[in-house]
Amino acid sequence: MVNLYEVHETNSMIEKQNLDVRTITLGISLLDCAAEDIQKFNQNIYEKITRTAKDLVRTGEIIQKEFGIPIVNKRISITPAAIAAGSAAKSVEDMVSVAVTLDKAAAETGVNFLGGYSAIVSKGMTTADEMLIRSIPQAMSETNNVCSSVNVGSTKTGLNMDAVRLLGQVVLETAEATKDADSIGCAKLVVFCNAPDDNPFMAGAFHGVSEADEIINVGVSGPGVVKSVLEDIRGADFETLCETVKKTAFKITRVGQLVAKEASKMLGIPFGIVDLSLAPTPAIGDSVADILCEMGLEMAGAPGTTAALALLNDQVKKGGVMASSYVGGLSGAFIPVSEDAGMIEAVQKGALTLEKLEAMTCVCSVGLDMIAIPGDVKATTISGIIADEAAIGMINQKTTAVRIIPVYGKKEGEMVEFGGLLGSAPIMPVNRFDCSAFINRTGRIPAPIHSFKN
Amino acid sequence: MKKTVITVLGKDKVGIIAGVCTYLAEHNVNILDLAQTIVDGMFNMTMIVDIATSEDSFLDLSEGLAKMGEEKLGVQIKMQQEDIFEAMHRI
Repeated sequence: MVNLYEVHETNSMIEKQNLDVRTITLGISLLDCAAEDIQKFNQNIYEKITRTAKDLVRTGEIIQKEFGIPIVNKRISITPAAIAAGSAAKSVEDMVSVAVTLDKAAAETGVNFLGGYSAIVSKGMTTADEMLIRSIPQAMSETNNVCSSVNVGSTKTGLNMDAVRLLGQVVLETAEATKDADSIGCAKLVVFCNAPDDNPFMAGAFHGVSEADEIINVGVSGPGVVKSVLEDIRGADFETLCETVKKTAFKITRVGQLVAKEASKMLGIPFGIVDLSLAPTPAIGDSVADILCEMGLEMAGAPGTTAALALLNDQVKKGGVMASSYVGGLSGAFIPVSEDAGMIEAVQKGALTLEKLEAMTCVCSVGLDMIAIPGDVKATTISGIIADEAAIGMINQKTTAVRIIPVYGKKEGEMVEFGGLLGSAPIMPVNRFDCSAFINRTGRIPAPIHSFKN
Repeated sequence: MKKTVITVLGKDKVGIIAGVCTYLAEHNVNILDLAQTIVDGMFNMTMIVDIATSEDSFLDLSEGLAKMGEEKLGVQIKMQQEDIFEAMHRI
């Protein structure tokens, strides 16, 4: 029987340190919805999504009550739309109608985000892939809860620089298309390298073609819990520091595993993976940057930040892997700027730059995330940032991503408010030296060699 | 047997334990373990109970207890399945 100290410890994590299950994400394959007619296709996907996910939100709420742990988000991921709609969509407008249908299905099921308005173009783009990518600005401006992602490269295929170049323009156009809401469309668009098929986190979730018909994936959270236990061991040696993070990650992940298994049982849908990512929120005390500070840095971004983050990320994985039967998704520490109060402060005080963030992404998931930059940045510069980040992923065999927001009409130093979990962000300076002659080359960067690792 | 953990937290006053226990008895819930402390006037109680004998569902009991605690006793009552503690603290 559990003892009362354990009850107290668990409930303190939940009540005082913001422990929650960040998301239960239901992955749904839409491959069997294929049709030649776009209206028929839209009807098929609407019916399949609303039928499969009809009990998702209610199930999440019941589990939340039974275990007394908040389950913040209930979400859906689907087969990349460019694949599913490949035979039905004949134009950019057809693709937009798919996004609008997905938005309606999301609203009907009550989920807060639906991910998978996506294209996987790591080596080349099909006609449908290119139509989907070109439709993103309009799709993001006409929908509320649909998230989009594009995978532009992988370790096995190299980088599709034609897609990288196109996405620089698409990010800028999306910013302009949603300028009335501080370019929020870009907050729902991620550009990946080595995107996983089973990621439960938005905006990059999609249900990969390697997956079964339906699957339950769960993302846990808990930066506040890690920060709190580190407060108790200030000044301890690295062994104690690492062991403490590892044990805490184990406990956090066990809750995720329990919730995932319970949701799987209640919905009658197989359990896929638990994603171990430490995901911050804008709430005070729920910050990854604060953990780095607790380890001994004055601010996130100070020298030592990359090492501290590498340590954190590795120990979270070591603890988490033992706690769950299947681990997947992104599984690392997230370092979004706008969604993390400590990161925002570090940027405002000049401790954290885009270049340091890029270095940090070498040792953690997932990449340059929720970073606001001036709206007058050139498309080729955005493509250059995407290419740099994708190259890190390609060479190091890890997932990297860029979710960058060139806020229309705003300048360096101003603040932008996205609201809710997306938070707020100071507009960060960008290196303005030109890279257009590099980006405007056509073709691909070849896959890297897998030996001589240095 | 699936056990349930009840935690009660609030400003101390006469009759909190009596109130909670009476409610549980009326709904045929058996108490297995109970610990209670008062620190700086704050009442804190943790109980482990068995609801298998009750005719009410977990969710009904949970909502009923929370409502009764808030309205009659001025305390916060939380009911959770034991699984979450087992999962976190036992391998």
